[in-house]
Amino acid sequence: MISIENLHKNFGINQVLNGIDLSITKGQTVAILGPNGSGKTTLIKSILGMVKPSSGDISLAGMSVKNKWDYRENIDYLPQIANFPGNLKVIELIHMIKDIRGKGITQEDRFIEMFGLQPFLNKKLSHLSGGTKQKVNLVLTFMFDSDMIILDEPTSGLDPVSLIALKNLIASEKQKGKTILITSHIMSFVEEVCDKLVFILDGKIYFNDTIKVLKVTTKEENFEKAIAHLLTHAHV
Amino acid sequence: MFKILKYSFYDLVRSRWSYVYLLFYLLLGFALLFLNENISKAVITLMNVITILVPLIGTIFGVMYFYNSKEFTELLLALPIPRRSIFLGQYFGVAISLSLSLILGLGIPFLFYGLFQSDSIVDFLLLLITGSMLTFIFTAIAFYIGLSNENKIKGFGYAILFWLFMAVIYDGIFLISLIVFEEYPLDNLSLFATLFNPIDLSRVLILLKLDIAALLGYTGAVFQKFFGNFSGLIVSFFTLFLWIIIPLFLVKRKASKKDF
Amino acid sequence: MVLRVLLILLISTQIVSASSITVCKNCRYKNVKDALAASQQNDTIFIQKGVYKEHEILIDKSLTIIGVDHPVIDGENKGEIIKIVADGVTLDGLFIKNVGRSYTKDNAAVRVTQSSSFLLQNLILENLFFGIYIEKSHHGKILHNKIKGNAVEEYNSGNGIQLWYSESVDIENNSISQVRDGIYLEFATHCTIRNNVSFKNIRYGLHFMFSNNDTYENNTFDNNGAGVAVMFSKEILMRKNKFINNWGAASYGLLLKEINDSEITQNIFQKNTIGINIEGSNRVTYQGNDFIANGWAVKSRGACYTNQFLNNNFIQNSFDLSYNSKLNDNLFENNYWSDYTGYDLDKDGTGDIPYRPVKLFTYITNRTPEAIILLRSLFIDMINFSEKVSPIFTPENLEDKNPRMKMIHHD
Repeated sequence: MISIENLHKNFGINQVLNGIDLSITKGQTVAILGPNGSGKTTLIKSILGMVKPSSGDISLAGMSVKNKWDYRENIDYLPQIANFPGNLKVIELIHMIKDIRGKGITQEDRFIEMFGLQPFLNKKLSHLSGGTKQKVNLVLTFMFDSDMIILDEPTSGLDPVSLIALKNLIASEKQKGKTILITSHIMSFVEEVCDKLVFILDGKIYFNDTIKVLKVTTKEENFEKAIAHLLTHAHV
Repeated sequence: MFKILKYSFYDLVRSRWSYVYLLFYLLLGFALLFLNENISKAVITLMNVITILVPLIGTIFGVMYFYNSKEFTELLLALPIPRRSIFLGQYFGVAISLSLSLILGLGIPFLFYGLFQSDSIVDFLLLLITGSMLTFIFTAIAFYIGLSNENKIKGFGYAILFWLFMAVIYDGIFLISLIVFEEYPLDNLSLFATLFNPIDLSRVLILLKLDIAALLGYTGAVFQKFFGNFSGLIVSFFTLFLWIIIPLFLVKRKASKKDF
Repeated sequence: MVLRVLLILLISTQIVSASSITVCKNCRYKNVKDALAASQQNDTIFIQKGVYKEHEILIDKSLTIIGVDHPVIDGENKGEIIKIVADGVTLDGLFIKNVGRSYTKDNAAVRVTQSSSFLLQNLILENLFFGIYIEKSHHGKILHNKIKGNAVEEYNSGNGIQLWYSESVDIENNSISQVRDGIYLEFATHCTIRNNVSFKNIRYGLHFMFSNNDTYENNTFDNNGAGVAVMFSKEILMRKNKFINNWGAASYGLLLKEINDSEITQNIFQKNTIGINIEGSNRVTYQGNDFIANGWAVKSRGACYTNQFLNNNFIQNSFDLSYNSKLNDNLFENNYWSDYTGYDLDKDGTGDIPYRPVKLFTYITNRTPEAIILLRSLFIDMINFSEKVSPIFTPENLEDKNPRMKMIHHD
């Protein structure tokens, strides 16, 4: 589904991605992990075309994404910080994103109910709390039902009930055979929802396999400890 | 692009600042007419406002809107729309809503005071057109400055500096060079210097339409000859138009290369 | 009954000393020249309505010539039309037109030469070269005439009313338009010019040269090449005139050139490129005038000594005052300046800080005229302001120490 070849990206002298080779097959749920500043978000943004790679190639379903925009029709993206135009009401924002993407069938009602957003529909976005904004963000992402979903820190600010709802949602999307990319700092969440793990450090992939393999290679039963092991040993 | 334009415009139309801006012009219009009770005199005072304040507000509003909608822009960038549509849409949203505030804010008081019975209607229309063009120019430049600077404070600084340069410093340099080179014929120099600054160009355009043109003496006659006829007017509006197109082209180029 | 007899007696004695002659198509005298030839000193000639194609009409006796319903005397562009060379001539109610143009002779519709006690009134002059030309004459009146030329260029047009080496002539209630100078005085003294309207003339509404001790008041000079030019003259009294709409690149309401000991009071200068253009004038008092919406209210070039500006209104002028020479003990006092931004804490009606009418920009444009293109720009406002706060370039003692807070209402 996604194949990335020898991807480099530098911001000035700062080398952020340093030769990433990655291929993700259709239907997988992949977590992209790494410490702060390791290049996770840059990698995701490169896939989305928001960051222009210095060199290397990214292709989706065999087509290079360079200087294209229409391939994003098939991607639902949840950005990290959801900061929306403050003067719009929630319902207006939903309608607006729908209008801009121009897709006929959407399922916003289902997700509005799922995250309990009905009381907020007519509130202005500037009046919402961080958690509520994140829920709006989730609705905007999931309502389009695209083949590929990219979630950047989806759990931030969510209350436990919504977190459970989100996990269930991801599970059901997986069932549909969608390809899902997730970055998160909540290890329990990653362990619960992801099949595969891509660990990035200093712009390079240090680990790319299933969680089971990780535990075996690091000889750690606990997932978090396995990750920590990966981190400490990567520098050696 | 038109969808983004539409939403940016709606967003701005409902923002408090648009109303402050509109209210400001309404008050200004009524106050001027109330104090002067003479439309043509009010038009002269308005010229000062239009050539100084409109660019300033366009600059500040443009750069402010650009930075404030940064996250939303990023959301849009992930959607299946070309980048050019996002930035041009937002740009036109800001520029149109600002121009509308200007046109309504000044238009209503003037309509109220019987603009259509007045001979000043042509001057007044010229005022509104140049005001709107200045809004479009300075908003475009503000967007370019915003795109070029990640740092908000820096971006604001450059935008204000640019305005300051066009509104004040440029004329200072202009004046000094006139004095330094006073031995030489200066009419063509001043003609060119005027064309290269949209604020000066607008000011001269309005001055020449108002009857204080005769004050300009011989220099004025040269200018009148240039701007007074139809082709001169075309040239000056074309120049103002270029002042919109070139920054917009730069915005488009910058946007297509930039990482978000 | 007694009254009637007396009246008849009175009329008959009049007839005895002077008879009346009528000119008309069916009369004994069919043209003016014949009637003139037949007339005696002090006769009255009535010219009936009609068209009389005559020119070079010479009036050499004291006569009263009255046009009934404005008979037309058509000079057919052949030369001068009427010439008066006798004292005590009255011309009344004629329509005189088509004066012959010449580059060598100043042909006029009516010329008065070396005569006195003339009265020219209710005349209508059209298509003329010169209108009324008074030379070496004195004690005459020119009243209620309407002079309308069709001048286009200065070099081939003449003046409406011209006085040359004349004295004590009253010019009142005339309307003069579309000639070179509306009224032109050269070596004319003790004349009064009152209640005239002079407009749309190519050069000046009124023009003085070497003419002293004259008065002009209550006239309107509207939309002329320039309003009034007073040159090389002294003791001129200028009162209650209106100088308006003299608008053009080199135009002005009033030009004073080498004028001494004169008075300019209660005039209105409105919408002129330059209200008063002064070149070398001394001991002139400017009092109670209104300067409204002019480019420059007062522009002074060349040396000016001991002039006084008192109680004038300076309202909405682009520049109140322009000086390009040293300030020579000229006084500004108690004027109202609409640009004044001072305060009046002691509430005595005059501002507590002086007003300085010369701005830095004025100084700059005197030096580099092209700089005028920066008029009304923010930069100029800023340097004007800084100059106002701490004067460096503009003459420091040129100020109105007691500027008024409110506009003065003149009667």
